[in-house]
Amino acid sequence: MYENHRLGLLYISPYIIGLLLFTAFPFLSSLIISFTDYDLINPPEYIGLDNYRYMMEDETFYQSMWVTFAYVFLTIPLKLAFALFIAFVLNFKLRGIKFFRTAYYIPSILGSSVAIAVLWRAIFSLDGLLNNFLGIFGVEAISWLGEPVFAMFSVTLLRVWQFGSAMVIFLAALQSVPQSQYEAALIDGASKWQMFTKITIPLITPVIFFNFIMQTTQAFQEFTAPYVITGGGPAKSTYLFSLYIYETAFKYFDLGYGSALAWVLFVAVAIFTAISFKSSKYWVFYSGDKGGK
Amino acid sequence: MNKIFPEKAALAADMKNNPLLRAELRKQKIGASIRYVILVFFGLVMLYPLFWMFSAAFKPNHEIFSSLSLWPKEFSFDGFINGWKTGTEYTFGRFFINTLYYVVPKVILTVISSVIVAYGFARFEIPFKKFWFVTLVATILLPTSVLLIPQYLMFREMGMLDSYLPLYLPMAFATQGFFVFMLIQFLRGLPTDMEEAAQIDGCNSYQLLWYIVVPMLKPAIISVALFQFMWSVNDFLGPLIYISSVEKYPIALALKLSIDVTEGTQWNEILAMASIAIVPSIVVFLIAQNYFVEGISSGGVKG
Repeated sequence: MYENHRLGLLYISPYIIGLLLFTAFPFLSSLIISFTDYDLINPPEYIGLDNYRYMMEDETFYQSMWVTFAYVFLTIPLKLAFALFIAFVLNFKLRGIKFFRTAYYIPSILGSSVAIAVLWRAIFSLDGLLNNFLGIFGVEAISWLGEPVFAMFSVTLLRVWQFGSAMVIFLAALQSVPQSQYEAALIDGASKWQMFTKITIPLITPVIFFNFIMQTTQAFQEFTAPYVITGGGPAKSTYLFSLYIYETAFKYFDLGYGSALAWVLFVAVAIFTAISFKSSKYWVFYSGDKGGK
Repeated sequence: MNKIFPEKAALAADMKNNPLLRAELRKQKIGASIRYVILVFFGLVMLYPLFWMFSAAFKPNHEIFSSLSLWPKEFSFDGFINGWKTGTEYTFGRFFINTLYYVVPKVILTVISSVIVAYGFARFEIPFKKFWFVTLVATILLPTSVLLIPQYLMFREMGMLDSYLPLYLPMAFATQGFFVFMLIQFLRGLPTDMEEAAQIDGCNSYQLLWYIVVPMLKPAIISVALFQFMWSVNDFLGPLIYISSVEKYPIALALKLSIDVTEGTQWNEILAMASIAIVPSIVVFLIAQNYFVEGISSGGVKG
């Protein structure tokens, strides 16, 4: 709007300084640190690719990577499907829709806090709430946090529980689907299911994609829940990658290896995001598209 | 029978007798009931843990896991009294105030810097604007763990470890691209004629920003402040890395400490403090929920 270049630069200068100082500089430094052996006490020592070579044989690295991807691939489809399902149920002229929207949204406001992680421990511990509930039906106490598969399930469930924000975005998208599209389909004799798969879903693919990208980027970085609920156990079954990075760097003070791990995670997420964006050309339809739909 | 509007009554009678219409109405009624059943069922399942936590806080320790009831058989404030004392030499109130020490500056700095930067992006020609904008989006998607170690070393060099500065200082530089992005989207949707008129009247760009843009941006600014408040209160990794002395602990670290110390035996104390910890967030949310929903649906939000 205003063609004053200098003034514009002045306004965004905080951002540029922040970008250089708190993002770009640390970003490149961590790559450099990853080629060193650094324990905070002795000065960093250049060791070339040793950290990466070590990683190739590090079983914890593979375990942690595997668990992280498992976590992402478990939570995201569940969370998005559930968010879409509830949004679909809510997208109706119902009384009290606002009340339900609020109720479903609250968990995603609180979910990432330590308080809720603590609550999760109370629910899933051996003598916890869930086992008490199952006990009514005569089910014997299950060690939810003591068995690898169940522990993963418990941690996953906490993220699925926070589906509210994705749901609100879906709901807004569903409400913006023009009614005329459905009426036209109705005249053509389409069934409810056909309308959902052939009209609703294609029209909201941009929002599905948006939710997918935002949710996966965060899921890859999940830290609080596994750290507080399971501590990464049992047998490293919930030892997500950010836990491994944190403990390597700030518990064992191996900052070189920690940086190398962080860079590998960054590359993995970058590749994943790039593939997602590439694939979006084939399944995301923007209303401005020619031909599409 | 409706005596005043006989036509209407006749129509109603007609509708009652029309089998097709009746079937359709019934179908809609059934559809609505199914929806209610689904919503109530999942709503209860989802919120039950929260209600259970609040009620457990009022139960004596031995009762917590022995019944599923949301109503304590025996009311006890031991959880609150002992939990508030904490196992340390400080009360839980101290940890509450500690949390505010960085959450408040964080929110204020985020709002100020993000508004200024978003204004620059949305209203000015800037050299390499596209490049800067791409970096903005890229930082939203960048996993922060790749920045963690060097940032820690930087703040260590500056002698800021075990202080709240590393937690909020970066916010002075609009480092959370997400908020800038949200404000830019909002600004782009606003008409510029007011600003143009004011410009003709001789306002400079600072005056435009302060007197025209900021008032129009108010709903978006409130959304930014609210989200930043929630995320900062919930943040755990930041304080975990930077805050080491117990006297400076925020709520998040204090809760983690209490569950470690008691090995999860004094559940009434832990759950009482966890309940207190989430009350501010719930209150803020209930008061301002429309800003959350609007902020989220216009810009889209993580969470």
